[in-house]
Amino acid sequence: MDLTGLLAFNVLTGIATLALITIGLGVIYGMMRIINLAHGEFMMLGAYTAVTASTAGVNIWVSMLILPPLVVGLVGLVLERTIIRFLYGRMMDTMLATWGISLGLIGLITSIFGNVVKSVQMPVGSFAIGQYHVSAYSLVIIGVGVVVLSSLLLLLRKTRFGLILRATMQNPAMSASLGVRPAAVYMATFALGAALAGLAGGVLAPISGVSPGMGGAYIAKAFITVLGGGPAIIAGTGLAAGLFGFINEIVSFLSTPVIGDIALLASAIVLIRVLPQGITGRFLRRSS
Amino acid sequence: MKLLRSSGGAQTVVILSIIVMFAVPKVLSEFGVMQATLFAAVAIFGLSQGFVWGYAGIMSFGQAAFLGIGAYTYAIAAINLGNTQMAALLAIAVPMLFAALLGYFMFYGRISDAYVGVITLTVSVILFELMNSTSGSQYHIGDAVLGGFNGIPAIPPFAPPGKPDEPLDQIGVWYVAMSTLIVAYGFLKWTLASRFGRVVVAIRENETRAMLIGYDPRLYKLLSFVIGAGIAGAAGAVFATWGGFISPTVFALTMSAQVIISVLIGGLGTLIGPILGAVAIQYLINVAGTQHTIDPSLGLGIVLVAFVLLVPQGVVPVVRSWIARLSSTSRTPRAKTAKTPNASEQESRS
Repeated sequence: MDLTGLLAFNVLTGIATLALITIGLGVIYGMMRIINLAHGEFMMLGAYTAVTASTAGVNIWVSMLILPPLVVGLVGLVLERTIIRFLYGRMMDTMLATWGISLGLIGLITSIFGNVVKSVQMPVGSFAIGQYHVSAYSLVIIGVGVVVLSSLLLLLRKTRFGLILRATMQNPAMSASLGVRPAAVYMATFALGAALAGLAGGVLAPISGVSPGMGGAYIAKAFITVLGGGPAIIAGTGLAAGLFGFINEIVSFLSTPVIGDIALLASAIVLIRVLPQGITGRFLRRSS
Repeated sequence: MKLLRSSGGAQTVVILSIIVMFAVPKVLSEFGVMQATLFAAVAIFGLSQGFVWGYAGIMSFGQAAFLGIGAYTYAIAAINLGNTQMAALLAIAVPMLFAALLGYFMFYGRISDAYVGVITLTVSVILFELMNSTSGSQYHIGDAVLGGFNGIPAIPPFAPPGKPDEPLDQIGVWYVAMSTLIVAYGFLKWTLASRFGRVVVAIRENETRAMLIGYDPRLYKLLSFVIGAGIAGAAGAVFATWGGFISPTVFALTMSAQVIISVLIGGLGTLIGPILGAVAIQYLINVAGTQHTIDPSLGLGIVLVAFVLLVPQGVVPVVRSWIARLSSTSRTPRAKTAKTPNASEQESRS
């Protein structure tokens, strides 16, 4: 019984982690059809923001949850204005340019901080499920995951900003004729996606080592979850994260975490073979 | 007419490469020859990416996966079999098999170009993680201990046919590397001139039209992908025998990024471009490695972004169009006749 509880808890944590690392990429890809290969590095910047702020004496929660999305959102804004906006409509070129940004950011952070692993102190302790001790921080991750997904859903569905966002993505010319500036909407969307990536980096900083190359560990999982999810950003991310997170945690429990990752990626490739449009390309088409 | 000119160009390239092959050991020191061998290895790797991306139009973002599989196959087979020719053949065959399996899922799933990029990238990340996790003596294939992040040391160098006990020295490895490059180049030129190659290019230009004429794009893409993987595997074998050592960093994303940048800089849709681009980028990385103020990744990233924004078609096509413009201004009648095919193309498009 205790073991089942522990396993269920781990599966939930795995799903929340996967949803968090995916959602920023999902927003940028789902809305703008840009495959942002610098996503992992945006997370890395978020984690470095958390490290720098917490060592400077800023409150740990502020430096993990507030500062990373602000800083990385700003970085995303600047990059969109200086590089990405010239490449709209050229999917391959945006992939290459964001890969260049990714390499550049890795190089920049290595030059500043050195190629060493830093860490953020865990802000909370552990609690017990029966005879097992589990990290209370997992509850934070699950909480943040739920809050991020639901507030994003509210933002897109219930606010005027969300309406403008969805309208512009569906038909830029029509919304421009109604007085919306598509360029401003694209800018805001890219910054929002970057900010979400930064948040994920900040939240995961205490449980993962913070190093210049840390983005590479997440990028494959994030991509495959976005592709597996399909066109509906939030429902797709949630469902795909649920499926892949479940497979990952169960296989990790039965063997090793590396085999778990491989099972995740392999099952994703098979899923894309079966459902090339992703889960929400086939089911739940009217969700967002 | 155009075919004649391009095959003339290919002959020039082959003759020049043969001259380079024999000149380098005479001119350079042994260390210089070693450096040159690395350049040849990355040039072969560049060719594979240049073919797959530039001609077949397949966005492989994980070509390093095949380089790595080739290198590891060579290492494991050479240690176990003791027969390095067999190992070299396997280093070409195993990546091809792997590419056939992966390509089946991708091309027969009819996923879009961007997804192909993401999936190939993902696969190379999986392989990187997988090989990294094999530290400890329990992970071994036959006598070859995989060694996790530390990789496989003491890989037997290539020995020529008939003399299995006399492995090649650095200069011998250079000749093998350079011959492999020339053979790979010639093979790709020949493939592209054949009926198969024309269909591959036709599919890149307009997949729907090629399909309506009766060609199966999935099969042609799959075969091109497999050919590219075989050449990348050959590059991997050269790479392994060059250093006598292989570690999971061959699967790393920087490796795939390096070759993509090389092809992009050299020029898409050419074969000589990727060769020159690969040599130039490797040279830049070597130079960057001698100083410690700026990280090499930063330089690569800036180069990549700059080329995407400013010269997205690469150096070789730009230079070619300059030459074409120069020769067409000096000889006007030719320029007039050259206009006709363009006009008919526009008509058929509209």
